[in-house]
Amino acid sequence: MVRSGQLVLDDFNLEVPAGKVTAIMGPSGSGKTTVLKLITGQLKPDAGRVFVGDIDVCELDRGDLNAVRRHIGVLLQNGALLTDMTCFDNVALPLREHTELPKSLIEKLVLLKLQAVGLRGAAQMYPQQLSGGMVRRVATARALALDPDLMLYDEPFAGLDPISLAAVGRLIRQINRVVGITSLVITHDVGEVSKFADYACIMANGQVVACGVPDQLGSDDNEIIRQFLDGLPDGPVPFHYPAPDLETQLLGESE
Amino acid sequence: MNGEASQPWLVGAVRRLGNAGMFLLQALSGMKCSFFHAGETMRQIYYIGVRSLIIIMMSGFFVGLVMTLQTYDTLNRFGAGDSVSTVLGLSLFKELGPVLTAILFAGRAGTAVAAEIGLMRATEQIDALDLMGIDPLERIVQPRLLAGIIAVPVLTLIFNFMALLGGVVFGIGIMGIDPITFWGNMQNSIGLWEDFGTGMLKAVAFGVIASWLAVYFGWTAKPTSEGVASATTSTVIATAISVLLLDFVLSALML
Repeated sequence: MVRSGQLVLDDFNLEVPAGKVTAIMGPSGSGKTTVLKLITGQLKPDAGRVFVGDIDVCELDRGDLNAVRRHIGVLLQNGALLTDMTCFDNVALPLREHTELPKSLIEKLVLLKLQAVGLRGAAQMYPQQLSGGMVRRVATARALALDPDLMLYDEPFAGLDPISLAAVGRLIRQINRVVGITSLVITHDVGEVSKFADYACIMANGQVVACGVPDQLGSDDNEIIRQFLDGLPDGPVPFHYPAPDLETQLLGESE
Repeated sequence: MNGEASQPWLVGAVRRLGNAGMFLLQALSGMKCSFFHAGETMRQIYYIGVRSLIIIMMSGFFVGLVMTLQTYDTLNRFGAGDSVSTVLGLSLFKELGPVLTAILFAGRAGTAVAAEIGLMRATEQIDALDLMGIDPLERIVQPRLLAGIIAVPVLTLIFNFMALLGGVVFGIGIMGIDPITFWGNMQNSIGLWEDFGTGMLKAVAFGVIASWLAVYFGWTAKPTSEGVASATTSTVIATAISVLLLDFVLSALML
């Protein structure tokens, strides 16, 4: 998979078990979000296939892809709520667009979804009146509105305070336990993963370098895994972006 | 240097024009007449039409005042001051009304639409709609496009009315032109279709151009603050030039 002239994913193979929470971790730029975009059909791979259940999303036309997307809930990094709508209307939007349910039933369903994320009281507030953590919880309620079979979370913990971070992590776990859906969480928050994920995979340089139960990964000796889990600035994943030799560049400039 | 930047400007301009044309066709071809979209279109008419009323009314009034002042002064040197309403009516209905309204609309509402859509892209709101299986063209672009096409002719009527009011205030109120002469001259020299009708036809064409360019530049804005700023600037420049160019073409065709 090549994006903007750079090889992002290479020989990438990942299987996400149904009904479980799987976390994909990896340093920034390792291709995690590209994986999410491949699953949702926003990107097409240069080679290879992407299956959601039995359906190859790479083969679908626009109409069929939209039909598949109705069974996938996606929480984008900043929540991406529509800012000209209240929280209630944001959550109601997929129900109004994709179902013929009566208004009164939609209202009840939306309130239940908001109750599940603890924000029924904020139903009439606008996204700009909410904190970052609350926005993500409302966006989670919206992603769950159509009772999807698969939930994708893109960096759900980025920029959250410890309280919001714990709340979002607990929510991911609860949703999986109560509804039994398959969840894929893209994150680089090593500390949180063991609290909510059944499985974790670590990506580096466009490949999956390890997969397993989160606690097992902690004892792995693989250099890349150690660098990532121990937060070492330099190692197999280099700190410096490729550049010409510093001495040559500096001396060359002074001459 | 990427391919697009290195190509000759003419090729780039033609390519952009082609893309904009395809975008318009795509937006118009999928237009639906559902209750929800009618409601959203009405809401957009309020935001981009009703909220443009102040600038349109104020500008119209002062344009009418200034035109009458300058024209009366010139005509009076030849003893034809009473014919000021003929010149005022002809220039307003055929040229100034539609052109100035479209340019003012681009400055007030076109920039707002371009910035809003550009920001929706930057904050992933458009991606979120797409991921929910909701066509963003249908939900975001079509109501704004339709609202602009409806709003510009109506605003042109209001601009013309206010400019006439300005003419009446100066011509009849200040310079003391006989009201019967003022209105009689206008009625005798202005044709309903060949002057007023063609002006309104231009207003519809300018409405399409102004709202099309606004949604197009917003849609294709780079998802950065600089990209949104550039989209709003491009909207005003492209609309002003296109409207003036089209005005010449339509005037030549309708003579």
